Amino acid sequence: MLEMYHAFAAAWGLLIGFDPVLLGIVGLSLEVTLSAVALAALIGLPLGAIIAISRFPGRSALVLLLNAAMGLPPVVVGLAVYLLLSHAGPLGWLGLLFTPRAMIVAQTILVLPIIASLSRQAVEELWEEYSELLRSLGSSRWRAVPTLLFEGRHSLLTAGLAGFGRAIAEVGAILIVGGNIAGYTRTMTTAISLETSRGDLALALGLGIILLGLALAVNAAAFLIGSAGRKSATPG
Amino acid sequence: MKADLSILPLRLEAVSYASDGTALLQDVAFTLEAGPRTLVLGPNGAGKSLLLRLCHGLITPTSGSVTWLGPALQRAGTHQAMVFQRPVMLRRSAHGNLVHALRLAGLDASAARLRADAALDRFGLGGLAKRPARVLSGGEQQRLALARAWAVRPQMLFLDEPTASLDPAATHAVEAIVAAFHAEGVKIMMSTHDLAQARRLADEILFLYAGRLIERAPADEFFNQPRTREAQAFLRGELLW
Amino acid sequence: MGNCYGETVIRFILCLLALSLSAAASAAPAITVASTTSTEQSGLFGYLLPLFKARTGIEAHVVAVGTGQALKIGENGDCDVVFVHDRESELKFVESGFGIERREVMYNDFVLIGPKSDPAHIAGESSVSAALAGIAAAGAPFVSRGDDSGTDKAEKRLWRAAGIEGKMTQSSWYREIGQGMGPALNTAAAMGAYLLADRGTWISFKNRRDLDILVEGDKRLFNQYGVMLVNPARHPQVKAAEGRQFIRWLTAPEGQKAIAAYKIEGQQLFFPNYRP
Repeated sequence: MLEMYHAFAAAWGLLIGFDPVLLGIVGLSLEVTLSAVALAALIGLPLGAIIAISRFPGRSALVLLLNAAMGLPPVVVGLAVYLLLSHAGPLGWLGLLFTPRAMIVAQTILVLPIIASLSRQAVEELWEEYSELLRSLGSSRWRAVPTLLFEGRHSLLTAGLAGFGRAIAEVGAILIVGGNIAGYTRTMTTAISLETSRGDLALALGLGIILLGLALAVNAAAFLIGSAGRKSATPG
Repeated sequence: MKADLSILPLRLEAVSYASDGTALLQDVAFTLEAGPRTLVLGPNGAGKSLLLRLCHGLITPTSGSVTWLGPALQRAGTHQAMVFQRPVMLRRSAHGNLVHALRLAGLDASAARLRADAALDRFGLGGLAKRPARVLSGGEQQRLALARAWAVRPQMLFLDEPTASLDPAATHAVEAIVAAFHAEGVKIMMSTHDLAQARRLADEILFLYAGRLIERAPADEFFNQPRTREAQAFLRGELLW
Repeated sequence: MGNCYGETVIRFILCLLALSLSAAASAAPAITVASTTSTEQSGLFGYLLPLFKARTGIEAHVVAVGTGQALKIGENGDCDVVFVHDRESELKFVESGFGIERREVMYNDFVLIGPKSDPAHIAGESSVSAALAGIAAAGAPFVSRGDDSGTDKAEKRLWRAAGIEGKMTQSSWYREIGQGMGPALNTAAAMGAYLLADRGTWISFKNRRDLDILVEGDKRLFNQYGVMLVNPARHPQVKAAEGRQFIRWLTAPEGQKAIAAYKIEGQQLFFPNYRP
């Protein structure tokens, strides 16, 4: 009980003090995760949509793989990326290991299956609904992709949030590929991990509370955007 | 946008369509010329919707051919529009739906916006331009679908039971619009199971039953002197499906 | 309409990406130093590195892992400098050609921690071998890092010196957790167990509960730190010039004085002992 009180006190102290180290950590967490989600969306949204409208041998297997990949263990992804980016590995010449960019790469891999899978699902349903109309209007399948993605924008926003949630909360991947370097690759989750292992549980909990607050704020914002859009879809 | 050359006539030869081993349309053959309003009549399950989709090119026949014989040597799907039984609208404004259709038809952004404005006004939907299309009433959405079809200046308009889910007032409005289309020179091919509607609108009848084209005749002849047993039964109200 | 929306979204995302990736790249010259958790968690680097940067303008990025892993990182060429505390492994590292220009920088000591209740009755014992023998005899719970770190290797050496090698890994009172100093201390505090810790981590450890230092001062508990440059002949991408600056600064009077000046709770943790 006392621990929880200390945790809230620690969190409050950090927040009102605008502690620069804390701001740096929060900033890096957001930078890494938002970049990863953006990159994953850039690749995953059209990828999912294309799979949704296409028919080819092995499609079911691909969909299965994509769904399964949503549950990739972060620490395994981190290890794989580490081995790839190490100078002992094939992509060492990129010099990305122990930098924020490596963290972005790892998190993109984690988030991509979520966005691609949910995009595929949403677009598949929309294609069923709109296929005849769009083809009647002269649209090819490919031309329909951006239209369908726009149609499904609210489900896709939720997919993006799911990806964000997964990335902002994980520690396994970015710890391994980033190295938790103070002031450079230390994020909220890796800082919490560090403070816990140092025995400073109040500070760790405090950081945790801030992280939860952040996640809540992002979701609240998305909810507000979403509800504005829902009004335009329901019949009057 | 409107081609000077016609896409018609449309010829179907020995067209059949089967799904999962069941024959849904068998051996349908006819030629449609520009001009008369062609109504496809028949009980539920006769294959009317299927026939329209085959003609429009949304489905390919299992055997037989659908050919456009007109001098405009364009791809099959162009210069045509279709209005479905339930209006299908994108999740955007009424105006946005029209603009989307016009962009697909090849217009640039500003031309599309202007043409969309004109189409909405023409059909009395100007006040609803900014409203999300999907919150409009059934009748308004169907009028919007017709506005969308009109905007792309088709030579041929397919309508698949367009008033089946509308009230009498909305039905009347839609029929008036169809007549207006026809007056502007658009070829009409419309399906219905409503005899009264067919009597009001048809210049010629294609009568379908159980997947076959049973009878084809000018409207007067069909309603007053049906040649086939099935047609006679249908006109008496006995042939339900 | 869908088309231009899509284009706008894509352009926005690309801008975001470009901005973030460029921001992620550091502007100042930087080196990567693989070091140990005990050095990092004691707060020494937090104190030293800003001084180093002020002097040279170089930013040192410290990846803090166990000694074994730090050496592996150096072997793979993923860092520029290795700064650990296991003389045997360091010398092997240099022998194998992975590191060059090794210098001994500072030392601290290990302490034997245990519950105040002291079930093995070893408090105040001057010989660490006798103390370990006492723990083994009593079958009292002992937490070991078991993570191939400098501390872990030192701990295994001490068991060997006490003549108890091998037997303890099969015993239930010996708990290997495969983690760093902090988690080991947490576990020991929760279990009321004995463990070997470096003084630096102990002093800054906050979750002590019932634990305290029971044995200290034995020469065997002496813990030497060494720094090496990752061999640029082996790995051309190593920033040899900046790495050398770091090593030189650490062993120069300025760096050595800074090391001695670092205190926690008024206590000096590390004792500079570089001899050219």
